[in-house]
Amino acid sequence: MARYPVESEVTGTVWKVEVTVGDSVTEGDVLVIIESMKMEIPVESPQEGTVTELLVQPEDSVEEDQVVAFIED
Amino acid sequence: MFERVLVANRGAVARRIIRACNALDCESIAVYSDIDAELPHVEEASHAERLPGYRPVDTYLNGENIVAAARRVKADAVHPGYGFLAENPDFARSVEAAGMKFIGPAASWLERMGEKTQARQWMQENGFPVHAGSEVIRDQTMLTNAAATIGYPVMLKPTAGGGGIGMIVAKDPESLTSAYAAATSLAERMFGQSTVFLEKFLQGSRHVEVQLIGDGETLLALYERDCSVQRRHQKLIEESPAPAIERSDIDELSSRAVEALVGYDSLGTVETLYDQGRFGFLEMNTRLQVEHGVTEEVTGLDLVDLQLRIASGDRLSTLLPERPGIDGHAVEARLYAEDPESMLPYPGHLSVFRVPDMAGVRIEASYREGNTVTPYYDPLLAKVIGKGGTREAAIARTLIALRAIEVKGVKTNATLLCRILESARFIEAKLDTAFLGDLL
Repeated sequence: MARYPVESEVTGTVWKVEVTVGDSVTEGDVLVIIESMKMEIPVESPQEGTVTELLVQPEDSVEEDQVVAFIED
Repeated sequence: MFERVLVANRGAVARRIIRACNALDCESIAVYSDIDAELPHVEEASHAERLPGYRPVDTYLNGENIVAAARRVKADAVHPGYGFLAENPDFARSVEAAGMKFIGPAASWLERMGEKTQARQWMQENGFPVHAGSEVIRDQTMLTNAAATIGYPVMLKPTAGGGGIGMIVAKDPESLTSAYAAATSLAERMFGQSTVFLEKFLQGSRHVEVQLIGDGETLLALYERDCSVQRRHQKLIEESPAPAIERSDIDELSSRAVEALVGYDSLGTVETLYDQGRFGFLEMNTRLQVEHGVTEEVTGLDLVDLQLRIASGDRLSTLLPERPGIDGHAVEARLYAEDPESMLPYPGHLSVFRVPDMAGVRIEASYREGNTVTPYYDPLLAKVIGKGGTREAAIARTLIALRAIEVKGVKTNATLLCRILESARFIEAKLDTAFLGDLL
């Protein structure tokens, strides 16, 4: 089993968390939606697996490359 | 003229309106969210009022707080700028109910043009051309039938939307249902209203818009702008006049716009798509437009000054007894804080931000060196406008200015803007809304 960090591509605020810990996801599933400068930018799962950790909640600020979740396969 | 105008906006447009107020010896009142306290518009105004909070919904979109601030400072008018509350009829009415003038058209115009199918119908009934499109989609049957009648590909657009936000293309009947589901959910999230309508998706068409100014009695068209170079349906480059379109076609378009909008009483823009020699209505923006500067550069007018004067009761027949001609060419490039490759927003601290002062170049910046570009608002750093006797000269000046701008601390789209302006296709004026997609 490998553990993969999922990072936000942009600086912004968390608008929505679309999954909960324990959810099974496939590559490309939206985990979190970041709001930045009038845009909604989805943070997608890099691969198939289970969400084992969610490090953000709505209205949290996130930085570029900040890890927002972990996926394990 | 007004004694005191509250400017209900931020950044470049707030500075632009404050400058116009100052020139008229009218006091300008800025507003600012907590995170914007350091921005230049706050300092340049005669006085500034705080809007507590960061998020747009708590600050620049909070009509109640803005009206309260305007009453506190005893403003006699409120200028909404563009975006935020500029096209919100409830806000316009609440400003007027508090005994102040809303600097913009009558709330009835904001309402009429705010709902997109109603706006389209109004224009069509009043003799303005439209491309194939539908009414508000009510159910699956109507959706399928409308798409078949219009012909694929179709664009699904939110009825409460505008500004190119929340639009989805369906290429064939197979993708229509999922596109509809996505479009309605997006419309709900973006505009609080899930209804959508269909329009023919015209690949390879140009975005051409007509600038209007009216006082309720007289309505004048101040020529056109081409805004075809876009990313995510948002404009990147604008110019006036529109190259490679017959002047007689533009004159005809202008007359149609003026005839369809008799009684319009402020600045406004009619946006169209120009496809295979035909114009078709897209939407009307009932406000000052981001790219108003290119029209100012070729007409020699100050549109914000005129808008303020008209709102205070001056007549257009006195202010502009004759429609000005067009002199030369102007090009505007929108400098955004964004990654030039992914085109995603890139907020940060502007440790270096230097814009040149050059002949034939006008730069309207939202920020100053040392400011922080935050993720709460739109990513516009500056509008860079080059003016010249010819289109080539205007493009060359815009390029020189873009290259001379120094920015550190955020990524910008400057290299992308230069690449567009230098491309053979742009220079040859082979413009259309697929331009950027093809370039990259």
